[in-house]
Amino acid sequence: MSKIHVTTTVNGDEVDFLCDPRETLLDCLRDRLNLTGAKEGCGTGDCGACSVTLDGRLVCSCLVLGVEAEGKEIGTVEGIADGDVLHPLQKKFIEYAALQCGVCTPGILVAAKALLEKNPDPTEEEVRYWLAGNLCRCTGYDKIIRAVMDTAAELREAV
Amino acid sequence: MALDDRKTDFKFVGTRPDRPDGLDKVTGRAKFGADMYAPGMLHGAILRSPHAHARIVKIDTSKAEALKDVKAVVTRADFSDEVEFKPGLEGEFWNVLENVMAGEKALYDGHAVAAVAATSALAARDALKLIEVEYEVLPHVTDVDKAMEPDAPVIREGAADYSVPEGMHPNVVRYHESGHGDVEAGFAEADLVIEDHFDTEATHQGYIEPHACLAMLGNDGKGELWCCTQGHWIVQKTCAALLGIETSQLRVTASEIGGGFGGKTTVFIEPVALALSRKANRPVKLVMSRSEVFRATGPTASASMDVKIGMKKDGTITAAQGVFRLQGGAFPGAPGDFTAMCAFAPYNLTNVRQVGYDVMTNRPKQAAYRAPGAPMGAFAVESVIDELCNQLGLDPIDVRLKNAAREGTKASYGPRYPRIGLVETLEAAKAHPHYSAPLKPGQGRGISCGFWFNHGGETSVSLALSEDGSAQVMVGTPDIGGSRASMALMAAEVLGIPYENIRVTVADTATLGYNDVSHGSRVTYASGLATIKAAQNAVEKLCERAAAKWGIPVDAVKWENGCAVPSGPNAGDFDPLPIAEITADMGRTGGPISGHFEATPEGAGVSFGTHIVDAEVDRETGKTTITRYTVIQDAGKAIHPTYVEGQFQGGAAQGIGWALNEEYIYGEDGRLQNAVFLDYRIPVASDLPMIDTVIVEVPNPGHPFGVRGVGETGIVPPLAAIANAVSNAAGVRMRQLPMSPPRVLAALKGDG
Amino acid sequence: MVEVHLWSGLRSLTGGREVVEVEASNTGELLRELVRAYPQLEGPIQAGVSVAIDGRIIASGLTEPIPEGSEVYLMQRLRGG
Repeated sequence: MSKIHVTTTVNGDEVDFLCDPRETLLDCLRDRLNLTGAKEGCGTGDCGACSVTLDGRLVCSCLVLGVEAEGKEIGTVEGIADGDVLHPLQKKFIEYAALQCGVCTPGILVAAKALLEKNPDPTEEEVRYWLAGNLCRCTGYDKIIRAVMDTAAELREAV
Repeated sequence: MALDDRKTDFKFVGTRPDRPDGLDKVTGRAKFGADMYAPGMLHGAILRSPHAHARIVKIDTSKAEALKDVKAVVTRADFSDEVEFKPGLEGEFWNVLENVMAGEKALYDGHAVAAVAATSALAARDALKLIEVEYEVLPHVTDVDKAMEPDAPVIREGAADYSVPEGMHPNVVRYHESGHGDVEAGFAEADLVIEDHFDTEATHQGYIEPHACLAMLGNDGKGELWCCTQGHWIVQKTCAALLGIETSQLRVTASEIGGGFGGKTTVFIEPVALALSRKANRPVKLVMSRSEVFRATGPTASASMDVKIGMKKDGTITAAQGVFRLQGGAFPGAPGDFTAMCAFAPYNLTNVRQVGYDVMTNRPKQAAYRAPGAPMGAFAVESVIDELCNQLGLDPIDVRLKNAAREGTKASYGPRYPRIGLVETLEAAKAHPHYSAPLKPGQGRGISCGFWFNHGGETSVSLALSEDGSAQVMVGTPDIGGSRASMALMAAEVLGIPYENIRVTVADTATLGYNDVSHGSRVTYASGLATIKAAQNAVEKLCERAAAKWGIPVDAVKWENGCAVPSGPNAGDFDPLPIAEITADMGRTGGPISGHFEATPEGAGVSFGTHIVDAEVDRETGKTTITRYTVIQDAGKAIHPTYVEGQFQGGAAQGIGWALNEEYIYGEDGRLQNAVFLDYRIPVASDLPMIDTVIVEVPNPGHPFGVRGVGETGIVPPLAAIANAVSNAAGVRMRQLPMSPPRVLAALKGDG
Repeated sequence: MVEVHLWSGLRSLTGGREVVEVEASNTGELLRELVRAYPQLEGPIQAGVSVAIDGRIIASGLTEPIPEGSEVYLMQRLRGG
């Protein structure tokens, strides 16, 4: 089957790849660009482990085709830290033990970052509903919610 | 382990440092099962039966093989023919082989029948469509009670073991009966006897990471396997047997594991990937889709249970009896024996009798799920106790305290308990502000106790010191929930060096001796014990070097705060010798210094917990909301308290899903109806409240620091505690899980 | 002699007895002697058993000593999740 050439921007870097028109953006990120931070937990948009941003919008990359990335800006977990400086969310996730196995963590970090950019002062309920599309089977969410709330507070103070 | 080498004052243990793999896990660097690639790699895909029960008449793979992108096709003929069928669990290799690739019959919807390896994942999936399988569809059964009826279709003749009494249906494959006293006499003494029937549905462990592996196997019988697993030695042993190769020629490396909860203690795709690789002579990557995970990997067993308990007006239980029928799919293994042994274990009973059945049906082979078998039994037993308390007007914690098992109590499963912490958890529950907090209208409160055995298992640990005095620890138990942090804390405690100076690695099968799976809540207990012993072994050698340097006997040297010091004023006057000064020239003072420990520790120590739940029931929709949740559990000694809390919270959350939403739904055609996360709904963040925790510490005499495993017990009380809360809120006893809105609504309307 | 308490499901294999006596000083000997005295116990012992000695559960070890006068129970082999 003939492949399609896609040029896109990932975490600020211009990249290009060839892909089958049936391949998802998640497949392309992982198999074509070696960015394995986004995970496939379901392939049906239910678990959020593959969360990335597409032109700033939070999406499940398993529900986006690779060819749709043409000309877009994609943000993944690999782009959250600023060089060797972790994003406050990343620091708080470690500090709060907001992960056990860590497989849902990349998606949750991408989603939580998108939340805080939109709403710097979310209530607990708002955090819970925003992250309702990101499944975690290990933690019961308690420490995740606390880590996100505390990061929000810290970022507000820093402003 | 003698009591006298137990430590009680700690410098590192009990602190909450950052986990060593934290950076990898928050940056996307951590490599999970599907994150490995190899040059020349092929992609595998598995063809699965659409029928619940069917004879495989013929498989024609010729059209798939003719595709140029396809490099290998395998069926059952590509696996070892020397794996022997035996009844019950004795022939577990045969059971696993039959499960990973069907032989004469497809036994459930989703059962693997053939597999292909092709140059891309899409090409592999396309090729599956060209494999022609001729099935002769057979009658099927998916319900546990129906599978025991005389006219039920027989899944497999001869699968029953020695334990099954004569006259039972061949689908009953194992039977357990235990207890003591005279239950009939006990019931006669009671002021109130309640007997009731309870059902639970099968639930899936629901780990977010689907099974994934990368396999290489040559015709020389040498192989490499990378996979997500709770235990890579069991993978090595099983794959070698199923493929007919030498165990030690297959090197298995455990990837980071994206959750397991018992479901990754066996193999599903690994032998298939190896068989494809052997045939294609190229590396093969195989990754399950979510629907494959639901259809073909182990859910837990479903259960049908009858429980009868007699109580005096003062709350004394006079007798207890339970019959627990567990369905574990098309193979022996449903933990009816464990349900029976755990169900009444929290209580001091004069008269108790428990019966467990392991029943086969046309469903996927059940796998262990966090305290396998225990949550269902606790649901039935603790519901009946709650109902007795309600009808006799007694406080549910007081009644449990009155009947609680203590040190010396004869357990319902036989022996007497050593030091246990059930009473302490009940007392902490009673004193907790949650228990006395007022309830709002429409809310109900539920209590439940829970018990799990915990496990030791084969364990090897090696610890090597570096010249700068730092240490590397090699363990063989995959880190599911932060165990590298607790291993480093325990090693730091013994060595007296900073936590940060210790690197813990999960070693592959070629670099360490055999290790049992990360299951049975055993990692912090057993790998922890072995880490402590390995560190002590290294400390002995450090002391020897110091003694030689000082020219004094080794027993005149002791280890303190990371330094060798003279053991007393008579030993001589020497300045403390820090570890780094000893290791700096260790190559010239006797060679590298390492510590080792290998054993099967036999002192895991049983564990108890008590949960308090508040639930609110919407009488119009039947929807239940958990408004407050408190977990109280005995951890023996919490090495890293934050991760102990995490285990408590995770167990409770999984229990909430099991109680309220999760279930395997089969159609009349025997096909699984809800094999996606949208329809099999595990709890999401907006479903849950914060989950409060209380860590009780009643030291386990079997561990040098007092550790009891904490991973599993936390899922035992939730089903019952939530059912009691919902029943008390709704004013109707809920006897069937999950308590989904339609089921609660039906109960409220009186036709449930 | 060690008094061994069996689980009641095993009674049919020991002529109705739930407590049997064998000569043994460790767990391995105990299992061997049980099979010698009651050959039908081979099934359950092959399938896997654990032994509790004075309340301490020995999941699988065959070398654990059994002190004189200890209370010994045969149990189903412990498994984990």
